[in-house]
Amino acid sequence: MNALQDTLARTGRETLKTLKLLTRNKMGLFGFVMTILIILLSFGGPLVWPPEASANVEDINLGISAKHWLGTDFQGQDNLRKVINGGKDIVTVAFLTGILATLLGVIVGSVSAFLGGRVDSLLMELVNIWLTIPKFPLLAVTATVVKLNDPVTLSLLMAFLDWPSLSRQIRSQVLSLKQRDYIEAAMMLDLGTRNIIFSELLPNMMSFITISMIGIMTFAIYQQTSLVFLGIVPYSSANWGVMISAAERRGVLFNPQAAWSILVPMGAIVLFQLALISFARSLDEVFNPRLRTTV
Amino acid sequence: MATATLSSLSRPGLLIWLEKITNNFLLQRIVRALLTIWIVTTITFFVIRAMPGNAVDILIQELTAAGVSPDDARNQAAALLNINLDAPAHEQYIEYVGNVLRADLGNSYKSRGLKVSEMIAQVLPWTLFSVGLSLLITFMLGIMLGAIMAYKRDTWIDHLLSNLAATLDAVSPYLIGLLIILLLGVLWKIVPITEMRGALSPGIQPGFSLEFFADVLNHVKILLLVYVLSSVGSWMLIMKSSTITTLGEDYVTVARARGLPDLRILTAYVGRNATLPLFTRLAISVGFAVGGSLLLESLFTYRGVGFLLARAIAERDYPVMQGVFLVITMAVVFANLFADFLYGWLDPRIRIAGGGN
Repeated sequence: MNALQDTLARTGRETLKTLKLLTRNKMGLFGFVMTILIILLSFGGPLVWPPEASANVEDINLGISAKHWLGTDFQGQDNLRKVINGGKDIVTVAFLTGILATLLGVIVGSVSAFLGGRVDSLLMELVNIWLTIPKFPLLAVTATVVKLNDPVTLSLLMAFLDWPSLSRQIRSQVLSLKQRDYIEAAMMLDLGTRNIIFSELLPNMMSFITISMIGIMTFAIYQQTSLVFLGIVPYSSANWGVMISAAERRGVLFNPQAAWSILVPMGAIVLFQLALISFARSLDEVFNPRLRTTV
Repeated sequence: MATATLSSLSRPGLLIWLEKITNNFLLQRIVRALLTIWIVTTITFFVIRAMPGNAVDILIQELTAAGVSPDDARNQAAALLNINLDAPAHEQYIEYVGNVLRADLGNSYKSRGLKVSEMIAQVLPWTLFSVGLSLLITFMLGIMLGAIMAYKRDTWIDHLLSNLAATLDAVSPYLIGLLIILLLGVLWKIVPITEMRGALSPGIQPGFSLEFFADVLNHVKILLLVYVLSSVGSWMLIMKSSTITTLGEDYVTVARARGLPDLRILTAYVGRNATLPLFTRLAISVGFAVGGSLLLESLFTYRGVGFLLARAIAERDYPVMQGVFLVITMAVVFANLFADFLYGWLDPRIRIAGGGN
């Protein structure tokens, strides 16, 4: 219990330090602020601007105006309001998938590195095989048999598909960290495996894990919106992917007037992915001094 | 224990030979490839037959709903998926694997009378061509731009290319595709998107004619552009960091101290070693491109394997789905095997260490 508290305190301190370093990097700060903003708008926005219940026949496919900041769609509904209401699912699935896949990857990777020997070779062989199987086609085929009506099932399925590459990276990180002097010292002092993992190893891998988790999150956004585009995930709620597909099916691509109704949800997805990636990239630069210095 | 030592002493040649075989890099990779294909075959069997809510059950339900009697529906579903439903599960499995080995993938459920293997054979060349060509272009472009970024560190060109690469890397391929259609085809009207549907214009005969090649390129060019744009970013970033690492190596410093010309250092010292880690990425990006083809081929109505799979998924045509998925996986596995061999040939350390673990 003590080890856990210690880890939490350390992680907190690390996070604070990271945030301080982040303010030096403009792109990273933009990414961080943008991510927070998107999360707040997606969860808080619908309370302030609830979705429109009916279609407005007079306002179909309008451009930008003072009344409709981002135009209207094929039903005459305001694009801005729709995009605010369509973020919750995407953000939830992205975070859930990221967290679940990271957990799996960290557990398998560190178990493999710590146990070594036969278990290690067996696990890594499985990971290598799992890596070769094309994930998106497998996801698409499985999604036709498994009912994916709620975000949790979808996240579970995607996390189950996406963890292997992370576990391989975690394994090599743990292996290289195990060789460091301070870990060897801790082992010789017999501080206990759990203590070593939680207070020596994990804090040192936190940045790396965060970056990988963000990578998985952007991939989850891609997969989720693509499944909607292929018509596999039902149109139960109005998320950004559904908005794009609906607009595309209404022939928006051949009607320049309606371009806003597809550009807005696309922009939202791109902005979210970009925000996450630039945040991760700045983390990389903060923690990897080799990328900062010139040769 | 004693007898084991004795026999190994009496036959050391055989043991060494056996050890050499198990440690052989190429053999290990071939075994892994075969194992992967077997696992995927098993997964598809479970999805089709054994999982709750599997394809056979859904097919039977659909056929009964369409007015077929339950017994007939069962027989029809079994015939379509090439499965003997009355046999025990393990016999079904063995028969299924046997069928796959004979390239017998069953019949299409929606396009009645068409063999799945023939349907795939018809569209596979187009996907191999477009994905292969795009990988080649992306790889070369990524290496070149990545090296430029590393050499011109912290200049405006590095910042510009780095941000561009990170943006392209972050954005989903099908969003890039949609944006290209929207910009080039709809808003600016530079490219006639509707005329470019399909892999060939109607009336063009395949053959060694200029007309044929020009038409093929005309139909594939926008698809290629999207493939390249969606994957070049990650290659650029990896090549950049790999080149930076290589530039810091001692042998590069020594080469500089010896006064070798920059071009020779770039090609013989930096370039060769910096590209090595990229070959391991090749496998991942083949899988990524194939996954992207599912969306992009349907977006551009390019009749390849991805288009076929997307349509089969939309129509719930399980025999086709299962067949295409198997073929796609095999293609990726063989591409992987090829990348492994290439890597082993380029980097002797991998071959000698045996598996590179």
